[in-house]
Amino acid sequence: MPDSARPEIEESASAALDYIWPAEGLARIPDWVYTSQTIYEREVERIFHGRCWNFVALEAEIPEPGDFKRSFVGPTPVVVARAMDGAIHVFENRCAHRGAEFCRPYRGNAREFVCPYHQWTYDLTGKLAAVPFRRGLAGEGGMPQGFNLEAHGVRRLAVATRNGVVFASFAADTEPLEDYLGSEMLEDFDAVFDGRKLKILGYYRNTVPANWKMYHENLKDPYHATLLHSYLVTFGLLVAGNKSAMIVDPTGRHGTMASARSDAVKIDRDSQREMRAFHEDLRLADPRLMDYVREFRSPWSVTMQTIWPTMIVQRELNTLGTRQIVPMGPNEFAMIWTMFGYEGDSDEMLRHRLRQGNLMGPAGFLGLEDNEAMKFVQDGLRKSRDGAAMVELGGTAEGSATTLITEAAIRALYRHWRGVMGV
Amino acid sequence: MLAGFARTELDPAMARALRLEIEEFHAEYCAALDEDRIADWPSFFAEDAIYRITGRENADSGLPVGLVYCEGKGMLRDRALAIARTEMFAPRYLQHHVTNLRILGVADAVVAAQANYLVLQTLVDERTTLHQAGRYYDRFARIGGRLLLRERHCVYDTLLIDNTLVMPI
Repeated sequence: MPDSARPEIEESASAALDYIWPAEGLARIPDWVYTSQTIYEREVERIFHGRCWNFVALEAEIPEPGDFKRSFVGPTPVVVARAMDGAIHVFENRCAHRGAEFCRPYRGNAREFVCPYHQWTYDLTGKLAAVPFRRGLAGEGGMPQGFNLEAHGVRRLAVATRNGVVFASFAADTEPLEDYLGSEMLEDFDAVFDGRKLKILGYYRNTVPANWKMYHENLKDPYHATLLHSYLVTFGLLVAGNKSAMIVDPTGRHGTMASARSDAVKIDRDSQREMRAFHEDLRLADPRLMDYVREFRSPWSVTMQTIWPTMIVQRELNTLGTRQIVPMGPNEFAMIWTMFGYEGDSDEMLRHRLRQGNLMGPAGFLGLEDNEAMKFVQDGLRKSRDGAAMVELGGTAEGSATTLITEAAIRALYRHWRGVMGV
Repeated sequence: MLAGFARTELDPAMARALRLEIEEFHAEYCAALDEDRIADWPSFFAEDAIYRITGRENADSGLPVGLVYCEGKGMLRDRALAIARTEMFAPRYLQHHVTNLRILGVADAVVAAQANYLVLQTLVDERTTLHQAGRYYDRFARIGGRLLLRERHCVYDTLLIDNTLVMPI
């Protein structure tokens, strides 16, 4: 049937199935970016298993030889282990024999990993060390003559570290980590990870019923921060008019949302009317929550950094953490939060960080609102057809910005994403 | 078990009397949360109370972080006010169920107790889900004739939280 003879409705369905980007360009993001299983599978292949550095651990979680933790690279389970020589290895958590996910505890210390099904045994580097009854029993059975342990370990990933942060890549030819991050990102990354030893304070884990990229977009969307989050607005952490910046690396994939605390913000009446989240009469019974102890070599009191594709570095005043995105198909992802301070923190500083932790996480004053809002968006996309998000704030600019009222960083991200994905 | 909450010898009659009183406490506490009377929630705590919600992996490893971490009643009031006034979240029904109450001991007029809890959550147009399964580790003090929480640690097994935890436990 020639195209001209197709009814209009089929035409539009076909455009969605062929993953044709809307004519408006980066001012629109079509729904299939967030809901298509085909797109998701291509993301796993080209992004999570492609030439990217994926955050997998903090070295402080595995300080001793034999220490290990379960982690993920994209959706793929991996083990992060410190070998007896102190080197860190990352390998797939999938037995080379029948595919069992053999490492089950979150963390631990081991000399080797034994798959419980048939006891195939791997060393701390992921090399296959032993196969029971490899030579058979009484001259019968066993593996074929030419079976080579060396050739049948679990899949091992490239590893890179910077100041105690561990990244892994399925691709052997990913650019050096420092080049991957770029100088714009390293400045704020190094302010948090400045070489001081980290002290792990604990973990949160939650699912978000939304596409994993929405978490990046949320942190490249300073517009929402001034509107959705009363805590930011009311207590002067981030309001329209504060000194702030959205910093984007030249590739468009990473970003830092930064702001400088303003202690005596006077919000004019016009801005108040624009911000329903502003509550002039709201006062904290315990204002310690919003105290800021200056401890970083940075002009910013808040930096929220998205390191493509799976890491967020949170420095919200003095509450610090990494967040790891674990995609679970197009419509859901898990988020693993690792909260930390520094070795040598005083007891009062430790408790200050814990108190301020109430801002973040799936029960945090800011964190819960983000998760709720993302669920609202995915519900909207899942339950309708052939729609597109409108991303026009700030016109057609892409990349860094000093105003909060722009979506330029989201457009820059999709310039990059479309290039990698070929759509 | 959370460190510091081992069971000690206790007069059985005293334990039974305390059990009744604490069961009543749980029923009233849960009613306040389930009926959306969040402003009443801080009234179940002493002025210097510690309130923490944390995953069992943290409790078992002695990691101090709290999903919610409040030192003092002021922080509890601030959270109640935020939920009532400023936080954006989808409407929901909650039910808190408390069982297996154990009186662990009495020391210096402070009663230590534990209980299992379940929280059921129902969102608009969605099925009811088991949102949290966990355990309370509590210390009660008698203040003005009434038992109040000096310490409440909500330690949940449900480590992978379904999106958000809006109301306290």
